[in-house]
Amino acid sequence: MNIWISLLVFIAATLAGYKLISDVPSLLHTPLMSGMNALSGVTVLGALVATAFAVALGSRSLGVLAIVLAMVNVVGGFLVTDRMLRMFKSDK
Amino acid sequence: MDFGTYELISAAVVLVTLLGIRLLSSPRTSVAGNRLGALAMLFAIAAVLLHNDIIDMPLLIAGLLVGSVIGAALSVRVTMLKIPQFVALLNGLGGLASLLVALVVLFEQYDRLDGVNLLAGQLAIIVGGVTFSGSLVAAGKLDKRISQQPLVMRGHSALSLQLIIVMAVLAAAGPFEGRGESIVIAVAAALVSLAFGAIFAVRIGGADMPITISLLNSYSGLAASICGFAVNDYMLIAIGAIVGAAGLILTRIMCRAMNRSLMDILTGRTSYAKGTSAVASAPEECVGTGTLPRTQESVEERLSRIARTLDGADRVIFVPGYGMALSQAQGKVKELFDLLVGRGKDVRFAIHPVAGRMPGHMNVLLAEVDVPYDRLYELEDINPEFASTDVAVIVGACDVVNPSAITAEGTPIYGMPILLVHEAKNVVVCNLDTKPGYSGVDNPLYGRENTILMLGNAEETLTSIIGKM
Repeated sequence: MNIWISLLVFIAATLAGYKLISDVPSLLHTPLMSGMNALSGVTVLGALVATAFAVALGSRSLGVLAIVLAMVNVVGGFLVTDRMLRMFKSDK
Repeated sequence: MDFGTYELISAAVVLVTLLGIRLLSSPRTSVAGNRLGALAMLFAIAAVLLHNDIIDMPLLIAGLLVGSVIGAALSVRVTMLKIPQFVALLNGLGGLASLLVALVVLFEQYDRLDGVNLLAGQLAIIVGGVTFSGSLVAAGKLDKRISQQPLVMRGHSALSLQLIIVMAVLAAAGPFEGRGESIVIAVAAALVSLAFGAIFAVRIGGADMPITISLLNSYSGLAASICGFAVNDYMLIAIGAIVGAAGLILTRIMCRAMNRSLMDILTGRTSYAKGTSAVASAPEECVGTGTLPRTQESVEERLSRIARTLDGADRVIFVPGYGMALSQAQGKVKELFDLLVGRGKDVRFAIHPVAGRMPGHMNVLLAEVDVPYDRLYELEDINPEFASTDVAVIVGACDVVNPSAITAEGTPIYGMPILLVHEAKNVVVCNLDTKPGYSGVDNPLYGRENTILMLGNAEETLTSIIGKM
């Protein structure tokens, strides 16, 4: 894997994210934060691969723990965001 | 790993995630946006399992299911009041997951890692560790399990600086050592970063929490992104970076709204710490002396006056603060809102960006009791309206409506953007007491001629007002 491509991906994603997130009104900042929080559980992808190919029992246990924690983060985050967003109603 | 199917899938997942965020910019499309994000994540997990041919491993599936069930169970139970600590807690779990992934990768795949992977692994451990312990302390403070006051130890700044240096040295040394040393370094980095996160978060006061959790949110994304550098996964790098950017934006907005520099928060120079001395120098009886003439009027008389004033008003603006959340008064606020709207009045809400304990906290609480979001106005939009408003009703807000921010040079809140409540023709204050807010600066609004002060639990006060009307 090329470090320059990785850095490019990092910078491009940061800029794109920055641009799009700046447009989210402060009205929705709490759900925005909890939604982004759910996304940070994306680390589960790394956890799955690392655990699958781990040999030592200790590493496997740590890996499964990482999967569980990341999924609590992902599922809890998306569901609570959904709950919040469904509460926002217009009077028109 | 060369460019192929997995990279294309990664690009698609990232684009769909970005589209989801795009849809979050309007309340009409936001539910779809969030679900799109969730769908992208589900797709990403499936792609990783299929691509690596590990979908038939019961251990992984069990981990995924257990985590999902716990997450789902937690998310349906949490109340809107406790959303800030819930978000902080989940944030911490994400950070710990990144730390563990990096540890496992260093333990198991050391021989296949290059210098960049090794450095990223150590950094992911450090950022993940700081995120985890910092978030736990923040969640504890928000949930009042730990004192909300900033805890400053002797030599706190020096200790923080030393830990930062130790972490930097460990991270830099990581790539140059053999397997055994590298693992020792990784474990040491994990321990030091956990200690640093806790030490960093205990010195931050309750009112600075909106900034702290925004910053920790940014860290958790950064940890995931750095983890992506360690395991060679573009999807992790990109999505983690997006989260990092989101946290950064919110941190900046919160700092601006509180008139604070990020450095001040990080180094523990909180407004509260400055404020304590201001409060200490002002004897108790001085606080709110200006309100004395008003308090000679009985509660009954004041309630009647409020009912008359509200009844005669055409334009009313509610100003909610954290006190509303604490006394769970939002239901009563909605009741009074309905009553006034029913009598043909123009009723709006003024939302200060840092009212509450996390960005946008007030909006969620009001949405929960079915206040239409078109009635919620941001600071810049509502401030020109106060001068033509008959009554401003403050529910549990202090610093964000304190006119001292404009006039009292040298006080901690001088220069902080506030809601111009004092320009309204009448002001009704439903606050617990006249004590200053977190800034420690007295609020001259309480003593003004056109202010009617109702002290005590805001929920009970509003019930009495509704009863009078």
